[in-house]
Amino acid sequence: MSEYIIKNGHVFDPVQGIKGDKKDIAIKDGKIVDKVGSGAKVVDATGKTVMAGAVEIHAHIAGPKVNMGRIYRPEDKLFTCTPTKGMERMGGGASIPTTFKTGYEYAKMGYTTAMEAAMPPLFSRHVHEEIRDTPIIDEGAFPVFGNNWFVMEYLKNKEVENTAAYIAWLIRVTKGFAVKVVNPGGTEAWAWGLNCLSVNDPVPYFDITPAEIITGLIEANEYLGLPHSLHIHPNNLGNPGCYETTLDTLKLAEGYKAKNKFGREQVMHLTHSQFHSYGGTNWGDFESKAKEVTDYVNKNKNITIDTGNVTLDETTTMTADGPFEHHLTGLNNLKWANIDVELETGSGVVPYIYSPSISVCAIQWAIGMEIPLMMKDPMRCYITTDHPNAGPFTRYPRVIKWLMSAKAREAQINAFKHKDKVLSQTSIGSLDREISLYELAQMTRAGPAKSLGLTNMCGGLKPGMDADVAVYNFNPDKPVANPDDIEKAFSRCAHVFKSGVEVVTNGEIVSNGHKRTLWVNAKVKDNPQVMRDINEKFLKYYSMTQANYEALGHHFVPNPYTLEVDAT
Amino acid sequence: METVTITMKNPPALYLEADNVSPDGFAGKTAAQIAELHVHEGNTTSTLGKYFEVIGNAGATAADTKIIVKGDVKKVKYLGFKMSAGELVVEGSMDQYAGGWMTGGKMLVKGNADAFAGTAMKGGELTIDGNAGNYLGAAYRGDWRGMSGGKILVKGNAGSDIGMYMLGGEMIINGDADVHVCTHAEGGKVIIKGNCKSKIGGQMVGGTVIVFGSIDTMMPGFKPAGETELEVEGVKGKIFPLYWRHRRTQKEKERSDCIRGPVPEDLIQFLYQPCTANQKSGDPVQSAPGQFPYPIFFYTERAKK
Repeated sequence: MSEYIIKNGHVFDPVQGIKGDKKDIAIKDGKIVDKVGSGAKVVDATGKTVMAGAVEIHAHIAGPKVNMGRIYRPEDKLFTCTPTKGMERMGGGASIPTTFKTGYEYAKMGYTTAMEAAMPPLFSRHVHEEIRDTPIIDEGAFPVFGNNWFVMEYLKNKEVENTAAYIAWLIRVTKGFAVKVVNPGGTEAWAWGLNCLSVNDPVPYFDITPAEIITGLIEANEYLGLPHSLHIHPNNLGNPGCYETTLDTLKLAEGYKAKNKFGREQVMHLTHSQFHSYGGTNWGDFESKAKEVTDYVNKNKNITIDTGNVTLDETTTMTADGPFEHHLTGLNNLKWANIDVELETGSGVVPYIYSPSISVCAIQWAIGMEIPLMMKDPMRCYITTDHPNAGPFTRYPRVIKWLMSAKAREAQINAFKHKDKVLSQTSIGSLDREISLYELAQMTRAGPAKSLGLTNMCGGLKPGMDADVAVYNFNPDKPVANPDDIEKAFSRCAHVFKSGVEVVTNGEIVSNGHKRTLWVNAKVKDNPQVMRDINEKFLKYYSMTQANYEALGHHFVPNPYTLEVDAT
Repeated sequence: METVTITMKNPPALYLEADNVSPDGFAGKTAAQIAELHVHEGNTTSTLGKYFEVIGNAGATAADTKIIVKGDVKKVKYLGFKMSAGELVVEGSMDQYAGGWMTGGKMLVKGNADAFAGTAMKGGELTIDGNAGNYLGAAYRGDWRGMSGGKILVKGNAGSDIGMYMLGGEMIINGDADVHVCTHAEGGKVIIKGNCKSKIGGQMVGGTVIVFGSIDTMMPGFKPAGETELEVEGVKGKIFPLYWRHRRTQKEKERSDCIRGPVPEDLIQFLYQPCTANQKSGDPVQSAPGQFPYPIFFYTERAKK
């Protein structure tokens, strides 16, 4: 493999505590090394910003509901198609891009690892086929557990060990990465035409509450010692006043400590927290409760969050929270798709336009800004747009611009039609904090990598780590004349290296890299009861046999990277 | 105004997508530069000059440019795509997407125009001397934003699904229209001087449809509301207004009002007139053949965004 040396760049690496010092980064055999030989190819990064490849902790980029969006929104591809060009295959789509475009767009922005946030286990083969077809970036997928019949039946009887054995089995056969929970109990209740809007609403038939599902899954997750913690989308998403449910959910993590060998410290990751920080009683008195939520998270070190920033675009919402999408289509009257996934989960899809002239959308934007600006520890708060729910991931450079420049935020606030309402219902007007490049590296690299348990692998530039490096055309020594320059610089990298291979040069794809699928192989003691339960459920309820369930072999996972966990 | 004439000399084997043929695409270019503009034949990109002979230079702006398209362009799509000003005359018949997404200017098709003419049109005038195909002035596949402004005149007949998701503007069909008129429409006006078949105004929540001729079958959701006199396009006659029973529940309406702004009070009552679909007078209204020019007039309304 080639050797490279990236010379004279301003390096920002929270893993080693480097804050913009001029430093050379050496790459050899796919890893960061101390030094390379004189034959190494020199990349001049003078006057440029050098960071590790960014890590996406939560995006919907592969699988059946993403594809449902693609199928039923042909208009999303209207005028957004790009023809074959050099290394790039044709692509299209704005909020739900094709797999190829997804890989290219992430790479061009300097992202080298991404997590698919909700994999229905029954459709894991579909998820992995799309992951396989997404070039360059390493990907993992979180199977959803919060409405799973096995989980609810075991946890009703407080059988944490059986739950853990089931999780280990399911993650192994679906080649999953972490335990995801979406509207615990609520999506199952949706199959009965109901929902769970608080952590104490009973799930019909199963006689269990969301709170019991959440604490049971935290215990099972820590029993196994998985790399990532429980990754939760709580109940009551997106409704005025939902912050109380959010706080009730976060409080369930109290008293739990992380137990794992991956350096992870949290036991719960609250995702797209923007959607869960709403106050008020209706859309008229809708207001921000970002302060209440971030105050709690700031005090409790065993929780990490991501933002879910609204980007003010036309997009496609999609979630395993089926009842929420039904609620949303009632709000905006746009087309609705619903998917039921047998014993496991469900989902819904609805297009949405976050219009700057609608006060609710503008307030949502402001809440998304408040959360990262109010979080004291950037290592525990990560930038996402919950792609494509609050906006497409291709808008990260714009979110970065808003976070790094109070001037850019002010310009956006002044552009809102209901500016006064935004200022009265949120505290965005009083926040003048500007995120530094070092904090940005924490929020997009070191932080999410640590939360995912990948801290020894990616998110930093320490010798021995994977050589995922992004070089931006951004000179931290020069004052920013125009905030749009920030957006431009973070949109297209000067150079991106993925596992030591140069994949982007001057914003163009030059290699498809060696994309890997990250998955977790958790070993547990033989558990005949769980194996018997699985057999029985497949015979009795599933529409397919176990033989057709597993995502196995070269077709689905051509280039796996396995994280081994021993919980025997 | 400068005139550019392009004449088909080398007809394509496959369908040709000529999305550069518009006053906007040609503005400021010489004949030689125009011949270099790209077109797509199947998956192959080539130049306009490969198929067309180009005579004349364009004006400095779209408004100063007139284009005349001659020869057989029955297999050419997207003429007048996104045009904003100027003039475009197609001497014969063309394929799909005549004047698609146009925002201004005048386009005339002397022959027929196939499906999707005036798709998502926002302004300008589109005249079709012959017949129009399906989805005239409709939304793009999957989209919910159809024609929102401008004027379409079809001197012949129109196909099915015209005015689907129409939001505004005006469409006049001198002949007949096939099934599905103004499905999902939220605004605008469609006048059909000939006859209609069925499924007019399905899921329509706003806008106006006026039919001079007969309707084979009217949708059961419409409720007759007496008789009145009206003059439409110079024709004065007895009309039978029909109001569509609005299906949203009060609760759903309240929710969406938060997003879209409040509905004026007088309209709320009007929208929620109880529908007595099975009552004798609630049978579909049909004007017997030969009663032309007594127009039947459908009108539904709801608050604009």
